[in-house]
Amino acid sequence: MDLVINAVRHSIRSAEERPLLYVLRDELGLTGTKYGCGEGQCGACTVLVDGAPVRSCLTPVKAVQGKQITTIEALERDGRLHPVQQAFIDKDALQCGFCTAGMIMSAAGLLKQNPDPTPAQIKSALQGNICRCGTYPRIVEAVRLAAKHA
Amino acid sequence: MPDEQLEIERYELRAGPAYLFAPGRRDFFKILGGGLVVILTQAQAQDRENPELAAWLHIAESGAITVYTGKVEFGQNIRTSLAQAVGEELHTSPAAFSLVMGDTRLTPYDMGTFGSRTTPIMAPQLRKAAAVARQMLTELAAQRWQADAAALVVAEGRVNHPASGASLSFGELTKGQKLTRTIRADVAVTPAAEWKIAGHDLGKVNARAIVTGQEKYTSDLNVAGLLHGRIVRPSAFKAQLVSADLKPAQQMPGVLAVRDGEFVGVVADDPAKLAAAAAAVKTEWKVPPQTNSREIFSWLKTHPASAALPPVVAEVQVEASYMAAYIAHTPLEPRCAVAHWEGDQLTVSTGTQVPFGVQTELAEAFGLPKEKVRVIVPPTGSGYGGKHSGECAVEAARLAKAAGKPVKLQWTREEEFTWAYFRPAAVIDVRSGAQKDGVITAWQFHNYNSGRAALRSPYNIPNQVAEFHEVDSPLRQGSYRGLAATANHFARESHMDELAHALGLEPAAFRLKNATDPRLQAVINAATERFRWGRAKQRPGQGFGMMAGFDKGGYVSACVEVTVANGRVRIDRIVQSFECGAIVNPDQLKNQVVGGTIMGIGGALFESIDFAGGRILNPRLSKYRVPRFSDVPEIDVVLVNRPDLPSAGAGETPIVAVAPAVANAIFDATGKRLRSLPLKLA
Repeated sequence: MDLVINAVRHSIRSAEERPLLYVLRDELGLTGTKYGCGEGQCGACTVLVDGAPVRSCLTPVKAVQGKQITTIEALERDGRLHPVQQAFIDKDALQCGFCTAGMIMSAAGLLKQNPDPTPAQIKSALQGNICRCGTYPRIVEAVRLAAKHA
Repeated sequence: MPDEQLEIERYELRAGPAYLFAPGRRDFFKILGGGLVVILTQAQAQDRENPELAAWLHIAESGAITVYTGKVEFGQNIRTSLAQAVGEELHTSPAAFSLVMGDTRLTPYDMGTFGSRTTPIMAPQLRKAAAVARQMLTELAAQRWQADAAALVVAEGRVNHPASGASLSFGELTKGQKLTRTIRADVAVTPAAEWKIAGHDLGKVNARAIVTGQEKYTSDLNVAGLLHGRIVRPSAFKAQLVSADLKPAQQMPGVLAVRDGEFVGVVADDPAKLAAAAAAVKTEWKVPPQTNSREIFSWLKTHPASAALPPVVAEVQVEASYMAAYIAHTPLEPRCAVAHWEGDQLTVSTGTQVPFGVQTELAEAFGLPKEKVRVIVPPTGSGYGGKHSGECAVEAARLAKAAGKPVKLQWTREEEFTWAYFRPAAVIDVRSGAQKDGVITAWQFHNYNSGRAALRSPYNIPNQVAEFHEVDSPLRQGSYRGLAATANHFARESHMDELAHALGLEPAAFRLKNATDPRLQAVINAATERFRWGRAKQRPGQGFGMMAGFDKGGYVSACVEVTVANGRVRIDRIVQSFECGAIVNPDQLKNQVVGGTIMGIGGALFESIDFAGGRILNPRLSKYRVPRFSDVPEIDVVLVNRPDLPSAGAGETPIVAVAPAVANAIFDATGKRLRSLPLKLA
């Protein structure tokens, strides 16, 4: 089976039912996408599929065949960080960093669909992402900042 | 080591090693290469001939500056704050050097990263090492140029002689030499009032790696020939293995099944095979009867049976019991370890707060001398006191030994919820008495099971009784951010509120009346002023509550506003004041206070482990709610800076504020006194 990940076509060995998360991490070495719960509750495994945030731990690879899959590794372009990545640094919206990739992907997906979200819209869009360190207020600020610069 | 005393309730920790052998000088240079090394000994080292090493700092011939510390980073930002401390004394930007943390081969012994000890103890030690390094470099330059050391200026990795224009980099100065100096505690460092780098905001030094997905946590590691492991778990706690049939798993291609006593696990060449391989191992377990979460509080008072408390004689008396459930740390990264044997030499990478403790566990488990075991701590997806133990490391090493190849063992979320350890459940009985004018005259405070942290009241109560009673806990329990300080503050500050109401006194004024410690008074005043405490309620369901407290060198006070509607509690606003001496990095300090407060919301309002018959009934994030975006109120942090006082840590104490302040606000809103965590109205 072929998958298009970060604009590159990959030939995949895994069974078609295997969740995308494990194919990314174990087969392709794209470890920026994290395992946190395996049941779509924490959001650490979020990637973009055709621009929309998706929980890769619950997504069988056959469901994303022929679609554009984007992971955290490909948000940076030509050495320039994505506005959401830069805003997370500027607002110091992270502590241990384990939720960060999923948060950034969810936020990047939100901004594609809504370039100028209110704090309430940001909270609602990111409700499925857990930051156990409790950096939520800074994440909201970071997404607001990214929206201004995007 | 009186400055790193272990608190009793860190049940999961074992005693430290009996002997610590200081490496010789040659070893330093063998490991580090030539250059300049400053070795720092423990402040209170008993043995002057062979003192315990606390940290060291190396300046290589290339000019690279590396600081070695046994502390580890798991989100509390010490990689950056320690770098700031060193940068301050070396007059060099923190970006210019690196920290090696938590590697038992490369870094000095450290008891562990817990108890908010890094900032008050490790940071000053590193600062002294850096100050001595600066002095040695200045002396080298003075000799070279035949100049007066006082006329030299150190800046950004160079020593300059402004009078002659001479300038040499640190690397050029040390070239071809092997210089060491061992220093003790009495080194002069820059006072906080003159800090230029420390004491100021600085973003995380590894932030770019994190936001680009390049930071490698343990579960992201890969080595040649890596195999993957999974443990076949008992059906319940305290279960005994009756039988195990490994054959069906063994017959699967690329799978190895392992049994060693009660230990059963599988190894596979592809992680996709693990679930099926583990399921293929047929095990039978014998499970003894065990108590459950509905009966836990009566269990805690009866195992062993608690003694009746003597009566209190006072003008006004109050008596009440407070409870707290077992809760789980739920670090976002479940435990993971990568183990690798080379002959009888074992290397394990794992996210632990106690690398040297895990080294000891591994050495004991495999009958190895400790120098044969190396533990490396990669960046870690947080811990909150929950990653002190080495069970995952030991399991991975056992599997790797059987497989003869490196093995990665990634715990599932369900394993993390079940086979780690929990914050202890608590019953706390309080009896108090006061004069009608509000002066507290009697105080009996008895904590069953949860621990001694912040057991004693910080208010001025002569002859207070505060005791901790050990109990036979049905669940494995251990450290949790703030330890028992959360349960003890919940009980104490709820009780202070009850006593204030019994006396007919305003709660903040009642606390100030009994607070003689000026630092406690200062945080109460800071929080109540910012909150505008005392204003009238404006809508139905609204309630205001406050608390104050002290633990681990930090003073805290909080005022909260809640709305109770349709049997649900919403926290609208939290104002929290915090004082932990001289502030090292204000923005990061705020980040810690806010983070601790948000974590505290979970334990205050929804987190609780349900269990029965040796099984956890809610071991999933879909059944165990942790705080999410929608739960976060407006949080206003008031930092009280005391540059005249030594800095204390901030990773823990802010968490104690939420539960009592919210419980008191719920009482204010509804007249219902909730005495059990999590706070449930129904």
